[in-house]
Amino acid sequence: MIWLSWRQFRVQALVAAVFLAALAAVLGVTGLRLAHFYDSSGIGACTAAGATDCDRLQLDFLDHYHSLRVIGSLLIGAPAIIGAFWGAPLIARELEGGTHRLVWTQSVTRARWLAVKLAIVGAASVVVAAAFSALFTWWAGPLDRVAASGSRLTPAIFDQRGIVPVGYAAFAFTLGVTAGLLLRRTLPAMATTLVGFTAVRMTIQYGVRPHLLAPVHVSYPPPIYDQANSPLGTNAWVISSKVVDAAGHVVATGDPAGFSTNTLAAACHGSPNLPDTFFQQCADRLGLHNVATLQPASRYWAFQAWETAIFLALALALVAFCFWWTSRRTA
Amino acid sequence: MTAALEASQLGKRYGQRWALRDCSLRVPAGSIVGLVGANGAGKSTLLHLAVGLLAPTSGTITVLGAKPAAGAHQLARVGFVAQDAPLYPGLRVAEHLRLGRRLNPGWDAHAATARIQRLGLDPRQRAGHLSGGQRAQLALTLAVAKRPELLLLDEPVASLDPLARREFLQRLMETVVDQHLTVVLSSHLLADVERVCDHLIVLAAGEVVLAGEVEELLAAHRVISGPARDPRRLPADQQVIQASHTDRQTTLLVRTTRPILDPAWTVSDVGLEELVLAYMSRSTPSLQSGDPGAVLHDAAEVRP
Repeated sequence: MIWLSWRQFRVQALVAAVFLAALAAVLGVTGLRLAHFYDSSGIGACTAAGATDCDRLQLDFLDHYHSLRVIGSLLIGAPAIIGAFWGAPLIARELEGGTHRLVWTQSVTRARWLAVKLAIVGAASVVVAAAFSALFTWWAGPLDRVAASGSRLTPAIFDQRGIVPVGYAAFAFTLGVTAGLLLRRTLPAMATTLVGFTAVRMTIQYGVRPHLLAPVHVSYPPPIYDQANSPLGTNAWVISSKVVDAAGHVVATGDPAGFSTNTLAAACHGSPNLPDTFFQQCADRLGLHNVATLQPASRYWAFQAWETAIFLALALALVAFCFWWTSRRTA
Repeated sequence: MTAALEASQLGKRYGQRWALRDCSLRVPAGSIVGLVGANGAGKSTLLHLAVGLLAPTSGTITVLGAKPAAGAHQLARVGFVAQDAPLYPGLRVAEHLRLGRRLNPGWDAHAATARIQRLGLDPRQRAGHLSGGQRAQLALTLAVAKRPELLLLDEPVASLDPLARREFLQRLMETVVDQHLTVVLSSHLLADVERVCDHLIVLAAGEVVLAGEVEELLAAHRVISGPARDPRRLPADQQVIQASHTDRQTTLLVRTTRPILDPAWTVSDVGLEELVLAYMSRSTPSLQSGDPGAVLHDAAEVRP
């Protein structure tokens, strides 16, 4: 059974190996240069020294490898592709071609047949996702150390790093297998996998992830223009923030780091060209302060572990369903 | 003789439709059974139940004394070729044999290779490029090389031309003799069934309408014809299966174990094809239960 599963999978495995090799070449070469540039540009030293005026250096640095960050989107798409192209056809193609009637009547039980197929292709899915993620996480290391690139917890970055892609791939793969088993046709199963996976990912990203750990609420008076010293902490994942007055009325939403000049000008009925002292007095008079809900950057690995565990649990549930379904219904 | 396959009140329902209903039959070990019926009569359903690809809705089926597909050991004892002989199109002939060897502990590699050679199949050919006859032969090779005790074939010759069909059945018969197999083979080609089978099961609309040994079935039926008359006045031991009337003449197919004594009838033997078609075209399978009243009522209805 191991031989047959491998024989059916080897072309896809080869494609994945070639893709990973090409990726390793591109990310390897540029990643070494990126690390070197991080050291030589002085941005590392600047941030390490706690200087507050590294902005120019930061922007220069982030601009430099901007185009290659697109590979991160590829990493976000990889689990969906694995689910659609490896998961969905795994059983659907057998049911479509009638070959399940051939293989299920050899001297191998259906449970063993399914176990071997799931183990081989499932393991490959997880390995590919893990390798891709490890490469990209290493590559993006210098970028992540530059504060202005955003928190590692913000959605577009969190999903492209660490261990979560492994959970995504395991889930997408088993979702594809299940769709193929139920729909019995490859193309509809592939489409269903893409749509279903995206829907679950988005639901968890926006509906579940922010609540996995109780968020921290902070409230602080307006440190006008002094963004670096805001009590939000560097690299926190700000879920919501607003500016309220003494009576609790919302003056403005957004911009977590402080008041923008225009926000203040509107609240104080003045022109944005007036001096800082005018705005400071106005803010004091109105009792303006920031209110923010956030997840501190220190929770990064806790979030990674939680999210990976959720997707692995979903994958396990789907595997159990596949075993139950193949033993129960058939032909 | 022990039973290779035994079904009792077996039924399979898809939604509202019964594909097979109240099916009770017994296939003795060592027999070659022809499973006959129109398309959709339940032939494939019965075979899929026997091989464990389907689970029954009602009743029981035992194959070689055990539940179908109850484990690897039970799977090894039954060979199956599904309709249209499914194979992996991308795998070569030799890889199919390797598949057979890997998945079957009792695999007879020597016999399989010899069979492929005799058939003139190129081991490097991909299954997707084989002709219908070659596919059927390769699928049969896989099914017999695992050395089963019971071989189930679902329409194995349906897609073959007459020459390939004869070749296929010939090889099958050689194998059956060599390996002392029990074979159940479904077909709607009566000539093929007549050539190779010693037992017969006729299905119509999901029910068994006739089952038994071919010789006995032929011996138990007679075609009688004579002057037009009411079939209801036949002796009680003569059951009318089919009746046709003209103004002057009545022709009846009757089931009886005793000689027909009435001198008014011209009595002749029945051919297998005639017999099977008569049963297949009957709407009610009541003869199984031997209810002459219902039969005679049927016959009376077709009177002009």
